[in-house]
Amino acid sequence: MSSAPAPSSSSPTSLRNAVIRLAGNSQDGIQSIGGFLARLAGRTAQEVMTYMTIPSTISGGPSIFQVHLGSGEVLHEGDEADVLVVFYKHSYENHIAALRDGGICFYDTADMGPEDIKNERGIIHIGVPFTSATVEAVGGSTRDRGKNMFVLGMVCAVFNLDKEKLVGIVSRQFGKKDESVLRNALLAFDAGFAYQVGDVEKFAFVPGEATSGHRISADGNQMLTLGLIAAGVRYGSAYPITPWSSIMETLRAELPKYGGLYVQAEDELAAVSMTIGAAFAGHLAITGSAGPGLSLKMEALGYASMAEIPLIVVNVQRGGPSTGLPTSVEQSDLMQAIYGSHGDSPRIVLAPKDVEDCFYIALEAGKLAKKYSCPVIILSDQALSSRIEAFEEPDLDKHWVEPTLDLSTRPEGFKPYPLDSITQHAPPGSKMAGGKYPVSTGLEHDEMGHPSGSPKMHTLMTAKRRNKLVQLSKELPLPVIHGDQSGDVLVIGWGSTYGPIKESVDRMRTEGHKVGALHLRHLHPMPDGLDGLFKKFKHVVCVEMNDSGLYGYGQLATLLRASLADPRIQSVCKTDGLAFRIREIVTGVEKIMAA
Amino acid sequence: MSTALVTPAAPATDKLTKKALTADHPTWCPGCGDFAVLNIFYRVLEKLQYPHENIVCVAGIGCSSRFPYFMNTHGIHFIHGRAVPLATGISLSRPDVHVFVFGGDGDGFSIGGNHLNHAARKNIKLTYVIMDNFVYGLTKKQTSPTSPIGFKSKTDPTGSIDRPINPMRQLLASGATFIARTHAAQVKHMEAMFERAILHDGFSVVECLSECVMFYAGAFDDSWPKKGGTFDTIDETQHDVTNDVAAYQMAENLAPGKFGVYYQVNRPTKNALEQKWIDDTQSKLGGASQKDVLKKRFETMR
Repeated sequence: MSSAPAPSSSSPTSLRNAVIRLAGNSQDGIQSIGGFLARLAGRTAQEVMTYMTIPSTISGGPSIFQVHLGSGEVLHEGDEADVLVVFYKHSYENHIAALRDGGICFYDTADMGPEDIKNERGIIHIGVPFTSATVEAVGGSTRDRGKNMFVLGMVCAVFNLDKEKLVGIVSRQFGKKDESVLRNALLAFDAGFAYQVGDVEKFAFVPGEATSGHRISADGNQMLTLGLIAAGVRYGSAYPITPWSSIMETLRAELPKYGGLYVQAEDELAAVSMTIGAAFAGHLAITGSAGPGLSLKMEALGYASMAEIPLIVVNVQRGGPSTGLPTSVEQSDLMQAIYGSHGDSPRIVLAPKDVEDCFYIALEAGKLAKKYSCPVIILSDQALSSRIEAFEEPDLDKHWVEPTLDLSTRPEGFKPYPLDSITQHAPPGSKMAGGKYPVSTGLEHDEMGHPSGSPKMHTLMTAKRRNKLVQLSKELPLPVIHGDQSGDVLVIGWGSTYGPIKESVDRMRTEGHKVGALHLRHLHPMPDGLDGLFKKFKHVVCVEMNDSGLYGYGQLATLLRASLADPRIQSVCKTDGLAFRIREIVTGVEKIMAA
Repeated sequence: MSTALVTPAAPATDKLTKKALTADHPTWCPGCGDFAVLNIFYRVLEKLQYPHENIVCVAGIGCSSRFPYFMNTHGIHFIHGRAVPLATGISLSRPDVHVFVFGGDGDGFSIGGNHLNHAARKNIKLTYVIMDNFVYGLTKKQTSPTSPIGFKSKTDPTGSIDRPINPMRQLLASGATFIARTHAAQVKHMEAMFERAILHDGFSVVECLSECVMFYAGAFDDSWPKKGGTFDTIDETQHDVTNDVAAYQMAENLAPGKFGVYYQVNRPTKNALEQKWIDDTQSKLGGASQKDVLKKRFETMR
């Protein structure tokens, strides 16, 4: 919590950012109040990034929601909390280490007392009867339901948050339900707001910089879904798997509004096959999954490469292999996304850098799939999927893509697989002026789509499928380096590590190092000319949430070393299932600099 | 479909003839039962006169799955076992096209068995012809899910020991709304079955016994009068095709068993049910443009 010195004891301390961690069990409604705080940030021109853990059990189990609120740029979820709110003794024991020295801890007196407190590091402990005060406020037989709203009211008072706006957000959410639900929620909220927490510092955020447009707050899966709709996607199919499912649930509910349809398939193989069917039929279509599901789709994706069928595939990565860590984050599917199929099967792989970018990466995926007529994989991850950020509302007048279905008559001599240009299929319903109808095929084929085992044809067609990606790599703009453009270290990242890497680089620069950050959104192909950027730095370090493998390099580092043959490329990797903390990146990079 | 900008096709004028429908010469072995299936399919399409460009032939992997190359229509030769879900994607997203799936017993009952069950229960509008030869032919004689007990193959050199699938009973349990059985050597019967299947509004399946002359010669002689067998057809004055229990009983012994329509019932297709949901959803939007629908959604996230 970066705060200016308190002008007086009566007025609240002004601060630019704060990290609040709420710890309890998954049924306590911690996620909903965290979400309310995040949405409030969006509405008050503040930045926000949230982080949550969800047990992979059906119901129950410890759960946390961490909110990093700021009046300036918020690039990460926060290394340590300024304020910790614990609902149980076990929450206290598991999370007190995450609270900074001198931080504030609010605990529920129903489950622990002063005897459980570890008096250390100048932490201020404040016992508050969340449970009994909530029961008292709401009355009746509600038991302790609503204590999350009590805590929200209390946090609102401690941080001088905009009560009116917060109540508005709560009312809109609960207003959809039974009247008594909203009434009870607000009773608990008011009780928390009015509760005298005692002799504790009060805070107020300095106002965020007002922007011209509207700001929205959303999680990565939401923005990916809405980006797909804006990109013109109207059809697809998938099978439920954490943390992908919320995308398919939203597409299922939303696409009918746009005249489209999303189908739940019997398995991952059927899901990708139905999606290829819709794509073959001429539509922009999307399937998705998490790592294990992507593996199951691989045979069909090989087909889509061979038959040159355009489609979008979302992979929300989680800890693996196998069932692994279904509710944790990892970036270990990069190799799978690029190479995970049989044969030489080129495809495009993209990764969004933050929640806002999930929208724009979906738009780009749609354009690339259509232009290059091949599968486009979007690699998101569990952290991006569920964390909430606030950002400017996308300008749909600028970005909206109207869906098309081209059933025009194809001229005489139409070739489905021309060697001298990129395939653009004629979907069913389009008449063929020459009278010869096309067959889409997974067998190696000639330009007309006839099966061909000719050695020459397989060589030519393999090159045709590869060369369109070579063309793309030349068309891609080189990424802009953040920070120093030359110097000690270039830190390279991809996916959801964008924010933490940028913050780490900023911190290292204040310590006097000459450091730049380069973030790759296009992972396959990568933009042409990266080696020229690398040359300007003494060290090149890839920061990734995957294993450093047998030879000491993470997956992106391995690819970069193989493609650029630059032995200076090093790795900072980790596999604890958690997003990078700033100090982990700084320590890792500094170690390489010192070596 | 209702929303996409459709570039209209030129009006169909040409009469659909066998010549227009014929593509590459089949790569099947001389004497293969599949030739007759192809010829009868040409004939039925000539009779139905659908617009040429609106016919789609889909197949997975196997000898019979080479079908799309031999049909001059829009076609797709997909991967092993997944022709049915692929065809589902076409059918649900393109109500204007006629979807035909061709495949063998391996595609239909083994590697793709699960898909058959789900497409059937969902009643996807398409027609599926399973050319059943009781053997894996393309890979040169391994046991198939319909190979009878005792069948000697490269994977069962002393004879198959596994109980074969009973296609009629499997399909009845799956919820398919049109189930028929025919024989590639009985062309008139096959033609009638294909036509009824195609005209059925729902998931229609025809199992067509089609002999593999290379690896299981004589497999269907017992239902081939020319070879001394009996072609026993279902008398629909005696069998109520809407009675699934009767159909199940009739399917007890399929060696050689009866031929004809085992079961046919009208149940709403997934295509129709989904379209109704789309229409109902859109009717509540008051004619807002799609872009405005998304803009409104963003407004709720402010």
